[in-house]
Amino acid sequence: MQVLQLAINGVSVGAIYALVALGLTLTYKATEVLNFAHGDVLMLAAFIGWGLIVGWHWPFWLALPATLALVGIAAYGLERGVMRRIAGQPQFAGVMLTIGLAFMIRGAVSMGFGPESRKFETPFSGHTTHLGPVVVADLNLAIIGAVLAVTAALFVFLTRTRLGVAIQAASQDQLAAYLSGIRVKRLNSLVWGLAGALAALAGMLLSPITLVDISLWFVLLKSLAALVLGGFGSAPGAIVGGLLIGLIESFAGVYAPGAIKDVVAYIVLIVVLVVWPRGLLGEAHGRRV
Amino acid sequence: MSFLEVRDLALAFGGVRALDGVGFSVERGQVFAIIGPNGAGKTTVLNVVTRVFAPASGQVLLEGVDLVRMPRHAIAGAGVARTFQNIELFEGATVLDNLLLGRHRFDHGGLLSQMVQGRRARACEDASRERVEALIDFLDLAPHRNQRVAGLPYGVRKIVELGRALATEPRLLLLDEPASGLNPEETRDLAFWIDDIRHDLGVTVVMIEHDMSLVSEVADRVLAMNLGRALAEGTPAEVQSHPDVVAAYLGG
Repeated sequence: MQVLQLAINGVSVGAIYALVALGLTLTYKATEVLNFAHGDVLMLAAFIGWGLIVGWHWPFWLALPATLALVGIAAYGLERGVMRRIAGQPQFAGVMLTIGLAFMIRGAVSMGFGPESRKFETPFSGHTTHLGPVVVADLNLAIIGAVLAVTAALFVFLTRTRLGVAIQAASQDQLAAYLSGIRVKRLNSLVWGLAGALAALAGMLLSPITLVDISLWFVLLKSLAALVLGGFGSAPGAIVGGLLIGLIESFAGVYAPGAIKDVVAYIVLIVVLVVWPRGLLGEAHGRRV
Repeated sequence: MSFLEVRDLALAFGGVRALDGVGFSVERGQVFAIIGPNGAGKTTVLNVVTRVFAPASGQVLLEGVDLVRMPRHAIAGAGVARTFQNIELFEGATVLDNLLLGRHRFDHGGLLSQMVQGRRARACEDASRERVEALIDFLDLAPHRNQRVAGLPYGVRKIVELGRALATEPRLLLLDEPASGLNPEETRDLAFWIDDIRHDLGVTVVMIEHDMSLVSEVADRVLAMNLGRALAEGTPAEVQSHPDVVAAYLGG
């Protein structure tokens, strides 16, 4: 029974990693920028959610969409106002710029909210459900359900809608996309907005488990491990990698000695990079970064 | 006023004057060819017309509307499509999907209807599919319909690009060296297609081409360029025998 219990816990944390990794993959594919500020956007969203729920006494179901919209719009603006200026520059410029933005967000949050951890309640907090012999926190079920629903909606959006197909087209050939009438720049902003909203959702789901804390941004590093494991640049790979990292952490917490749980994601990262750098579902033609 | 009027285009890359006061006009329904040695600025003209580059000065009037003032993504909506010398295709997508992407500028029935594949989205999709299938028949692309572009031979990829340009339903079609890399048989097909595009689809064509026999066969008017300037304009025979053109090619 313990195995099942650990598996469900692992999958629910892994689902968060998958959501974060999916956002990273989206922006990477569309704008070729690996967004190192993604984890801080998530952390900012958790603080905004806390502010709305605890500070302004908004109900969770109102605060959730409001946070997603706010952070999504902010991320859209970030692309439009800042990232767009370095389009066409070497990839390194994007890395440095997003690391800089990450520090600015982190600094702004700790100045605005103070360094202490906080907590907000969700409608799922404190409840459990019996699934056969296993007892599962409702929060974990909600996370798994939300990530499943969002991933499915995202899949339909990217493959079935004109806008989603245009995003895919622009990521393959910008010039051809322009001359087919696709507004490439606006799509790039839109992708950032979408990824921001995904990060916000992840933040609103993760912070009730952990705490609303500056260190939430660390989830970015776990998600990078998930990306590498799943195969860089592959959306299905991001999901598979995220779930696997979650599972590995969950089991390592019980079966591995000491504090290995905290570093096992990075051990996986290093092992995959050395042994099988393409990852599980990585593209056949790798790109040297 | 002519269908397309290009006036006094100037554009410099650093110290190189890629375009130095180029101007020409094309009548509706014409096939207009641009010839000239390498580095003459031919592709740069097409790049300015399609807003890939912004000129330092000059105008590109399509039925009186200045394309230079438009954002790049609006060019397809203005009825201008092109192919590229080095082929710009969506490599990971199939031939069919590449052509369907040419339909981007048309109504697709709204985001929500597309998400749930509602009736309106389906109807728009069917209409697009019908137009694209007609183009696939026209260009003999049926055997490759569901193949990924990345693995196709060069000649086929060029035709796919032509198909995607036509899928946008242009008024003006710009072809950048459509025959380069094609074998004689493919080049002959291309000549027929260009004729059909002009006569049956009513599209005005501006093409850059080095193959003079193809130019003589399909073009009504020819512009010869060298070093960013227009050297001569006229019928294919007139331009080929123009002393400045002969000098430019032979380095006289």
